Amino acid sequence: MAYSEKLLDHYENPRNVGSFGKEEDGIATGMVGAPACGDVMKLQIKVGKDGVIEDAKFKTYGCGSAIASSSLVTEWVKGKTIDQALEIKNTAIAEELALPPVKIHCSILAEDAIKAAVADYKKKHQD
Amino acid sequence: MSVDLSQDYFALFGLPRRFFIDDAALEAAWHELQSRVHPDRYAHLPDSEKRMSMQWATRVNEGFATLRKPLSRAQYLLELAGVDSGLETNTAMSPEFLMEQMEWREAVEEAREAGEMGELEQLHHRLRQHAREVLGGLAHQLDEARDYAAAADTVRRLMFVERLQHDIDEALEALEE
Repeated sequence: MAYSEKLLDHYENPRNVGSFGKEEDGIATGMVGAPACGDVMKLQIKVGKDGVIEDAKFKTYGCGSAIASSSLVTEWVKGKTIDQALEIKNTAIAEELALPPVKIHCSILAEDAIKAAVADYKKKHQD
Repeated sequence: MSVDLSQDYFALFGLPRRFFIDDAALEAAWHELQSRVHPDRYAHLPDSEKRMSMQWATRVNEGFATLRKPLSRAQYLLELAGVDSGLETNTAMSPEFLMEQMEWREAVEEAREAGEMGELEQLHHRLRQHAREVLGGLAHQLDEARDYAAAADTVRRLMFVERLQHDIDEALEALEE
């Protein structure tokens, strides 16, 4: 099975790997896992006072498709408001990376990671 | 000899439908059935009967493979109870659990990169102990409490534990070479 160039690029040169410092402002974390394959994904967003995502970082333990999906998502959420970020759908991720059908769940995991990070942000900034 | 293909695997091997089973009884029942339906016994019979025996033998082996391992046995029990274990769809594990998983993975990765065999073996040992405890809890959820929703959650957790076990084994093998 041939993987797309974009997928291989994100897998071989993942963007924004790592974590933010605990003391930084506006950080929210989304943790998700896929039981079917045991993949674990952590997505962190750094949200400015205007509600725009300034930066994002990820750490994923999983297959190449899971790593590529989370890497792509860190690029996509930057510059978006948290509500815009919620509009990123797994189908768009799967399409961009040309994920094979058996790897669609990796894109679902990435979408769920965004949702979890935004939910964490909203929980921390309720007032 | 024939095998009723509509029977569930527990009935097929004459075992009570529960998580805690007698491994030796399962193995004995499997050997017994296997020898009775083995395609060699049907070699002299018409093709239609040979085909039947192939189907039976496949069913018997699939059943054994399913019941032998605790995790697939638990999944099968949930399936029989009509409960979706959510393996494909449920990504919302508890954050504490996922954080713990992340830490395990990091520890394995670090030990692997540093070539720490002893550390990996220790992780392997700790994880086995952890898996045993979780399986004990699962037996209670399935056989005593019959709390299938809780059991489904435990099964999802065990999928991560199994994956981790696999990663540790792989790291150990890589270091041994």
